[in-house]
Amino acid sequence: MSVLELDTPVRAEPHPGARIRRRRLPGKAWQRWISPLVLVLAWQIASTTGLLPTRLLAAPSTIAATAVDLVQAGTLPTAIAVSLQRVLIGFTAGAIAGVGLALVAGLSRKGENAVDPIMQMLRALPFFGLIPLFILWFGIGEAPKVLLVALAVSFPLYLNTFAGIRGVDGKLAEVARTVGLGRTQLIRHIVLPGALPQTLVGLRQSLGVAWLALIVAEQVNANAGLGYMINDAREFLRTDVIVVGLLVYSALGLLTDALVRLLERRALTWRREFLAR
Amino acid sequence: MATRVPGPLTRPSEAATGPVATVDGLTRRFGERTVLDRLDLEIGRGEFIALLGRSGSGKSTLLRALAGLDSEAEGGLSVTGSVAVAFQEPRLVPWKRVHANITLGLAVPDPKEKADAALAEVGLTERAGAWPLTLSGGEAQRASLARALVREPDLLLLDEPFSALDALTRITIHQLVLQLWSVHRPAVLLVTHDVDEALLLADRVLVLDRGRIAHESDVPAPRPRHRDHPDLTSLRTTLLAALGVSPEGTT
Repeated sequence: MSVLELDTPVRAEPHPGARIRRRRLPGKAWQRWISPLVLVLAWQIASTTGLLPTRLLAAPSTIAATAVDLVQAGTLPTAIAVSLQRVLIGFTAGAIAGVGLALVAGLSRKGENAVDPIMQMLRALPFFGLIPLFILWFGIGEAPKVLLVALAVSFPLYLNTFAGIRGVDGKLAEVARTVGLGRTQLIRHIVLPGALPQTLVGLRQSLGVAWLALIVAEQVNANAGLGYMINDAREFLRTDVIVVGLLVYSALGLLTDALVRLLERRALTWRREFLAR
Repeated sequence: MATRVPGPLTRPSEAATGPVATVDGLTRRFGERTVLDRLDLEIGRGEFIALLGRSGSGKSTLLRALAGLDSEAEGGLSVTGSVAVAFQEPRLVPWKRVHANITLGLAVPDPKEKADAALAEVGLTERAGAWPLTLSGGEAQRASLARALVREPDLLLLDEPFSALDALTRITIHQLVLQLWSVHRPAVLLVTHDVDEALLLADRVLVLDRGRIAHESDVPAPRPRHRDHPDLTSLRTTLLAALGVSPEGTT
């Protein structure tokens, strides 16, 4: 199932172990930089010659200068801080709810009967479509933004943790019985560690949607944060600021993904050593 | 009921303390199918029993009942003393290092020392800190044996633990099991479909067929046994016949 997916190099993004890139492209890594650099260069030339109007897309050089300005003026750090805080609070709340419900549903039939049908029903809802309701219920302050992130985060974590718990090898549970482990110890030594790889898959998915949900939520009447910065820039046709905002979003997304990978490498040593053999 | 004849190596003092397990009219059905049919069996202390049978004859079902893994078997089943199991696949917990697998659920004051001793006995001392997924098949099966033995069981249940090993490793593990058995003297119930393995190891060989014990033979030959020992050759023919196989057709 997902057990082998985790450590398979899917993307070529910065990775703590350079080993994987080396193995895939022995000595030819620089060749992969040619086409992106050509693209940026072409973009710069098109901007300088006036082929690409600034009101549609700013030149790369302008974007870089704007990024420096925004950092120096404190606008960008403040915006990042506000957005990060929203993601952090929303993610924490959503993770607690998602994993908590998965434990309730995964560890007992009664819990499954109580929780799972509701989660499966809610999962089918397009959660971005809930924004109008969220505005009616929670106003236009921080609450709807944080809650949207929390909602988006909880489902991937719920589904993966639940599947992880149920996917734990029944043969190991039998071993636990023959060596006399009780139910609590069974959960602690067998079930939870066994569900961890799948939970970490859920964690990565949920961090991805957390940023997505934040971007959507911040389009709605924000007065601070990256989304606000982008919307404000639109009013003044500042395409350079918009692109800086987008780049920061993707950088933050990659950063959180790298953090989870780091966590995976630490938590799943038992599997990594096997795969590395 | 099958009358127990103590094997030649069973010490009299142990034989006197009564059976370690008694199965009395055990029946197990899976839907319409009766897998164990009013089965009777007594396992004496320190006795090495091999349980032979074709696939689906109920061998593993009986072992699971004795291991306490089957709550739906009907009839009498009593086990006095502790039970440990080594399964066909070693079933080590992959996220626990070898020594933590050995001590899993072990309630003694000095689990670390016990684990070290058990690992030394099976010759795995230098792999104590390894992750189970990095062990070879033979090493994993040794670790599984150590996990069973560290509990100092009165009854050791072996569910075809050698069947997935290559021929050379199997020979070494056979020797290891015999050696461990002669030192610790647990009663052993070895489930196998290999007649030679049964003859090599056991005091008593049972053949299970259609949920009942269809045949029973004592193996009087002294250990270490050689495959070509004349007593064993005739016994082999008898057992294969009990299993419904003619020896000429199989060799």
